[in-house]
Amino acid sequence: MSDAPDFDRMSCPAPLTGHDTVQLAHGAGGRLSAELIDAHVLPRFRNDLLAKLEDQAVFALPPGRVAFSTDTFVVTPLEFPGGDIGDLAVNGTVNDVAMSGARPLYLSVGLVLEEGLPLALLDRVLGSMERAAREAGVSVVTGDTKVVDRGSCDGMFVNTSGIGVVPDGVSLSAAALRPGDALLISGTIADHGMAVMSVREGLSFRSTIKSDTAALGGLVADLLAAAPGLRALRDPTRGGLATTLNEFARASRVGIRVEDGAVPVRDDTAAACEILGIDPMYVANEGKLVAAVPAGEAAAALAALRAHPLGRGAAVIGEVVAGEPGLVTVRTALGVERILDMPLGLQLPRIC
Amino acid sequence: MKYLQEYRDPGPCRVLLARIAAAATRPWTIMEICGGQTHAILRHGLDQLLPPSLTLVHGPGCPVCVTPLETIDRALAIAARPGVIFTTFGDMLRVPGSRDDLLRVKSRGGDVRFVDTPLAALDLARRHPDREVVFLAVGFETTAPGNAMAVRQAAREGLTNFSELVSHVLVPPAMAAILGSPANRVQGFLAAGHVCAVMGWREYEPLAARFGVPIVPTGFEPVDLLQGILSCVEMLERGEAGVENRYARIVKRDGNPAARAVVDEVFEVCDRPWRGLGVIPRSGLRLRAAYAAYDAERRFDVGDIAPVEPPECISGEILQGVKKPDQCAAFGRACTPATPLGATMVSSEGACAAYWKYHRRTP
Repeated sequence: MSDAPDFDRMSCPAPLTGHDTVQLAHGAGGRLSAELIDAHVLPRFRNDLLAKLEDQAVFALPPGRVAFSTDTFVVTPLEFPGGDIGDLAVNGTVNDVAMSGARPLYLSVGLVLEEGLPLALLDRVLGSMERAAREAGVSVVTGDTKVVDRGSCDGMFVNTSGIGVVPDGVSLSAAALRPGDALLISGTIADHGMAVMSVREGLSFRSTIKSDTAALGGLVADLLAAAPGLRALRDPTRGGLATTLNEFARASRVGIRVEDGAVPVRDDTAAACEILGIDPMYVANEGKLVAAVPAGEAAAALAALRAHPLGRGAAVIGEVVAGEPGLVTVRTALGVERILDMPLGLQLPRIC
Repeated sequence: MKYLQEYRDPGPCRVLLARIAAAATRPWTIMEICGGQTHAILRHGLDQLLPPSLTLVHGPGCPVCVTPLETIDRALAIAARPGVIFTTFGDMLRVPGSRDDLLRVKSRGGDVRFVDTPLAALDLARRHPDREVVFLAVGFETTAPGNAMAVRQAAREGLTNFSELVSHVLVPPAMAAILGSPANRVQGFLAAGHVCAVMGWREYEPLAARFGVPIVPTGFEPVDLLQGILSCVEMLERGEAGVENRYARIVKRDGNPAARAVVDEVFEVCDRPWRGLGVIPRSGLRLRAAYAAYDAERRFDVGDIAPVEPPECISGEILQGVKKPDQCAAFGRACTPATPLGATMVSSEGACAAYWKYHRRTP
C-alpha cells in the first residue's frame, strides 16, 4: 500500500482550552471545573470559610434562634434594568431571612449553568452577587456549580440558602396581626416586575423603570429598634402587595383595609401598568417590605423607615380591622370599599 | 400623571355623582359596551355610588369573551404544530377552548408567546425565517388597525412565514342585535371610547335614530365614566335619541382616518359567530382575498374544527345585558376564575371575572 499511515506524524488532538462560553466539561468535576471555580467564582466571594474549599462550611453562630431560608431564582432575561439574576438571588434570600427580624449572616450559592452561557455574562452576574453580598453584609461560605445541556435551562438558574440569627425578644409572624394595627410599606410598589416586563421579548414598551432589588437587613434592624412591638414583616415579591396582605389576613384571621391613594407607585411604573392593563398591587417587588405594627408605634416605625435610604418612600397604607377574617379590601379615592383578592396566577398583559 | 390623576380626582367625581342623582328622576338601564369600562366602574366603586334607580348592565365589549370557541380551538390546533411560533395578546393565553387552553399547549411543548402588538409577531417572523409565525388577531375595531398593518407590512416585505388567525368583531352590529332582541332592557349606551377613537361615531348615528336611544362615546377613568353616565341620563330624561361624545380628548366624529383606511385595505366585513351570542350578520372582519396568503385558517387547514359550549354557562345572556353574573347558578360555585365555564369569567375584562374580583361579597 502506497499510502500507509504515517504514525510518526500522528498526534492526539489536544482538547481546546480558552473558552468564552460555559462547556459541559465545566461541570464535570475535572480540571475545567476547577478552572471555572478558581478563575470566575472564588475571587468574588473571598472569605476564610469558603477558601478552605471543603465540602461544607463549618462555623459557630452568635447566640439566638436561627432563621434559615432558601429560594431558587429563574428570570428572563437574566439581566434587566436595575439588576440581574445575581443580585436578585442574594437579596431575595437575605430578605427572606431578614423578614423574621434576623440579621442575615451566611449564604450558600448553587449555580445551574446552561452549556453555551457566555462567560462574560456569568462574570457580570457573579460580580453583582459579590456586590450584593457585600452590601448586605453576608458571606457566601459554600456553593455548587452544575452545567446542563443546552436547552435544559434558561441560561442559568441560581439557588441561594441563607442563615441569620434572630435577636432575643423578637418574634415576628404573619399570624400575629391584631385589629387596630397599622400596615406600612417601605416604598413604591411594582417597580421590579414592570422593569423585567419592559425588557421581555414581545413587549415593545420602553421605560426608565428600574428593579428595586435591594437587601433589607439594615432597614429591618432600624425598624425593630424604633418599633419593638413589630408584629410581622414580609417582602411582597411574587404576587405583589395584594398577595402579602391576603396572606397576613388569612394567617391572622383578621380583615385588612387599604387606602388606595396611600399606596406609593412611581408615575412611570403606574403608566406602564395602565398600558398593559396590569394592577400594580399584583406586581412583584424585590426591595420592599410590608410591616404590621401596633397603632401606637406606627409613627415611629414610619419615621425609622423614612430615615433609611431604602425606606425613603415609606407610607402607612392601611389598617387591620375586625371585619371578615381573611378579607382584604381597598377603599377607593371615592370612599367606596372593594375586594382586593389574591391573584389567580400569571399577570398577563391585556388585549386593549 | 397627565390624563390619569385628573380623571381620577374624587372632587370632580363627587360633583358629577350629585348631578347624576339630581338628573335621574326615573329608573334607567344603561349598558357600558366595553369590558374595560366594566372593570373601571367596579375597580373604582362607581356602581356603589350611583342612584339605585340607575342600573348599569355590562355589554359584549370584551374581545376575549366573545371570541368564538371555534377560533380558540383552531388556535390551539395550530399552536400545537411543530415549527410554529404562535403569538397572541397575553390574556388570550388562558381562554379555554373545548378542552384546552394555550398555556396548556405551551406546557406540552407548543411554542406559544405573548406579544403586546402584532408588529412584535412580525419581528419574530423576520428573525425566524425557518419557522411559521402565527398571530391570533382578535378584538374589536380597536385592535384591527394594528393587526391589518402587520399583514400589510408582511406583504410589502414579502414575508412568507407570517400569518394571522383572524376573528375580528364589530361593535355596531352587536348593539343592533341587543336592541332588536325581544328580551332587551337596555335604554342607553356608553359606547367604547377606544373603538370610537378608531371609528368615530358616524356609524352610531343611524343606530340611535333607528332604535331611539342615546349613545354616548365614553372613556375609561372615573371622571370620564361619570360624564358619560350623566349625559346618557340627561338624554334619557329629555327623551332624546342621538350621539353625544363625552370622550372628546380622544374621539373625533370621523375617528382616525388613517387607521380606518388600513383596516379597509386588508379586511372586509363578514358574518361572525360571537361566543355566547351566536352568529351576528355582518359583525366581523376577515382578510380580503388579496391577503388570503396571510390567512392562518387556510394555511393550516383548520377551518373544519367545530366545538361545543358547556350548557350551564349563561355568558350569552350576560353579554346581552339580559342577566347579571350573580344571577347565574354556576357563578362562584362551578364557575370561578380558576375553573371558568365561559369566557366572561376568563378574561380580565369579562363581567363575571370583574364581579368575582371586586364584588363577590355584595352581588
